[in-house]
Amino acid sequence: MSTLLIRGGHLIDPAAGVDGLKDVVLKDGRVVEIAGPGKAKLAEGAEVIDATGLTVAPGLVDIHVHLREPGQGHKETIATGTAAAAAGGFTAVAAMPNTTPTNDSPEITRWMQAPERGSSVRVFPIGAATRALKGEVLNDYAALKAAGVVAVTDDGHPILKDNIMREVLAQATRNGLSVIQHAEDTRMTQGASMNAGPTAFRLGLRGMPPEAEYGLVERDIRLVTELVHAGATKAGHQPHLHVAHTSTAQAVAAVRQARRNGLRVTCEVAPHHFLLTEEHVGCYSTHAKMNPPLRSAADRDAMIQGILDGVVDAIATDHAPHAAQEKEVEFERAPNGITGLETALGLSLRWLHHEWKMPLGRVLSLLSAQPAALLNLKGRGTLAVGSFGDVVIFDPKQEWTFQAKDSKSKSKNTPFDGWTMQGKVKCTISEGRVVYRG
Amino acid sequence: MSVTTLTLEDVSHILTRASFLESEDPLERAKRLAKRKIALLFYESSTRTRTSFELAAKGLGSDTTLVSSLSSSIEKGETLKDTGLTLRALGAEAIILRHPNSGSPWLLEQETRLPVLNAGDGMHEHPSQALLDLRTMLNHLRPGVTEVGPETLAGVTVTIVGDILHSRVARSNMLLLPRLGARVILCGPPPLLPDVAVETGPGIEVERDFERALEQSTVVMMLRIQAERLAGLQLDLEEYKTAYQLNGERLAKYAPKALVLHPGPIIRGLEITPEVADGPQSLILEQVHHGVAIRMALVERALTQKGGQA
Repeated sequence: MSTLLIRGGHLIDPAAGVDGLKDVVLKDGRVVEIAGPGKAKLAEGAEVIDATGLTVAPGLVDIHVHLREPGQGHKETIATGTAAAAAGGFTAVAAMPNTTPTNDSPEITRWMQAPERGSSVRVFPIGAATRALKGEVLNDYAALKAAGVVAVTDDGHPILKDNIMREVLAQATRNGLSVIQHAEDTRMTQGASMNAGPTAFRLGLRGMPPEAEYGLVERDIRLVTELVHAGATKAGHQPHLHVAHTSTAQAVAAVRQARRNGLRVTCEVAPHHFLLTEEHVGCYSTHAKMNPPLRSAADRDAMIQGILDGVVDAIATDHAPHAAQEKEVEFERAPNGITGLETALGLSLRWLHHEWKMPLGRVLSLLSAQPAALLNLKGRGTLAVGSFGDVVIFDPKQEWTFQAKDSKSKSKNTPFDGWTMQGKVKCTISEGRVVYRG
Repeated sequence: MSVTTLTLEDVSHILTRASFLESEDPLERAKRLAKRKIALLFYESSTRTRTSFELAAKGLGSDTTLVSSLSSSIEKGETLKDTGLTLRALGAEAIILRHPNSGSPWLLEQETRLPVLNAGDGMHEHPSQALLDLRTMLNHLRPGVTEVGPETLAGVTVTIVGDILHSRVARSNMLLLPRLGARVILCGPPPLLPDVAVETGPGIEVERDFERALEQSTVVMMLRIQAERLAGLQLDLEEYKTAYQLNGERLAKYAPKALVLHPGPIIRGLEITPEVADGPQSLILEQVHHGVAIRMALVERALTQKGGQA
């Protein structure tokens, strides 16, 4: 494999504590040298990328995407989804198992990672916690892990039965896997299509109460607590509960408390939950329909607060592509979800960094080092020597306008069409290979 | 599509045109929209709304066609978008839509770019009903008034009783009447009237005690319990009747002068007793009658004006 020299850029690598002008040398898919500006030796035949005036950072890591394959290729394929990831600066994505069929097996896990899928960036499959996401029978976690699964979840089909969730946590812990829960007590959300509250009432839509989310988060934390007290950690692994896409103030508060109690409970927030509120449903826009739904302004503010004060461990997109015809229907009948891979960095830089003054390194950490650490993705989320050559190069100052029609994703279901973004991705490198140039 | 898209000027214009068209010579009136094409697209059953929209459109001379979900390609899985585009291709110049999903008129308008009249969308709104209710009230409380303003209904208290949660009629009325100065009291048990309803807009209050609400009422609007939308909610109907049924005794004792409205269909013996429904204070059939005039004004507006439709 060839050598790549990224010259003249400002390297920000929060995990390695680097923030300054550096040259980065990639060889055979790995970082082989970090040198002062102009100091890196130019190997013969090396490709040079001039990053003068640009920020160089570890490739972004999204631990919550729906790539729709196998089985739902009309919405997205692994090829198109990872092309969108590359365009958004992501070099590693963790793919949810609610495919057709669901990812219950080592075979599907390997199929998703096979070269034939044409993936632009590294795909880390997340396995189904229970067979067909039914919340009844556990899958074989050891076999899934051996095939490459990095966590288990029944995303979209929360595990409601205490005894099953207890067993999922225990088995996952034994196998050193994280458990990701989409926290929604579906007994409280039947027929609901947006956040419960005055807006839902006025629009004549049934609402999902915040309790449906935080009630299940609290239940899960109780189960983790019981597991820890029962001595499950003696086997060497600590149970890890990761709360997907938190959207309510109380859920973030519950995670905060669990951490104070010494538990390994983490959470992620999606850009739409720190930027939008239920008001964005407007005249029944199906691009504002997702699950968990857009919440109240107070909840939105709590997401921002949680990000700024550090209780939120990662920004994850919940990239959920749907074909146009699936979204061009009555609001209540439309599927949940929006795309997010190409807007996460631009929105995070625009709002978290530029507007709310979060240091650039911390924003990047939430988008790379921290999510990589959450799922134990070794050699990702940092550009320390020896790490994978996963790099994003962007212009932190450049404002640009996102146009959904230009998206690399197969689907264009986004509420951010026409939004001003900050930080244009100029180049994305996955394991030493340039996979996107902007 | 929503009463909120209508200014008070729009409302005045609709009321004025309704009176004018109602009194116009039918042969002259039938020239107004002669041979214009209007489609009625009904995904839910309806007696009053469908018939009065149809009579209104025909009264103005237009050709109407009715598409209902049970006798069309909707049964075969055709989407609202494609059904709308088909109607447009067949020459429809406006669509009157009744649909079980809230917000569906916006979808239809966006996809067809035709004027869409909302004949009831899910639990959301039923604007033409609120306008005909307003006309009925004005006829008794402010006779001759068709130009309305923020003070027109000052001093008037309208109590809406029963299944507010599932009622599009309640939403349209509670969003419209306070803008004309009326006070709206919502009355019903918590499962059918969540507290959050008061936040729908200004001028709205909740009073759980029916008799206390009645004492303050100039107008009492009774609602049917929408069994088709209860979604598993269990209600003790005997208990409901004890607390919220409008019977002769209650009316005589607490609101002997109030006007009694009901958007229909009424379930006699449940939310309202026959003696009240058929009694002297009941304006239920008068409401139905006003429906045609209001809907003539709305249909005319849809085909002759740009801007927000009801």
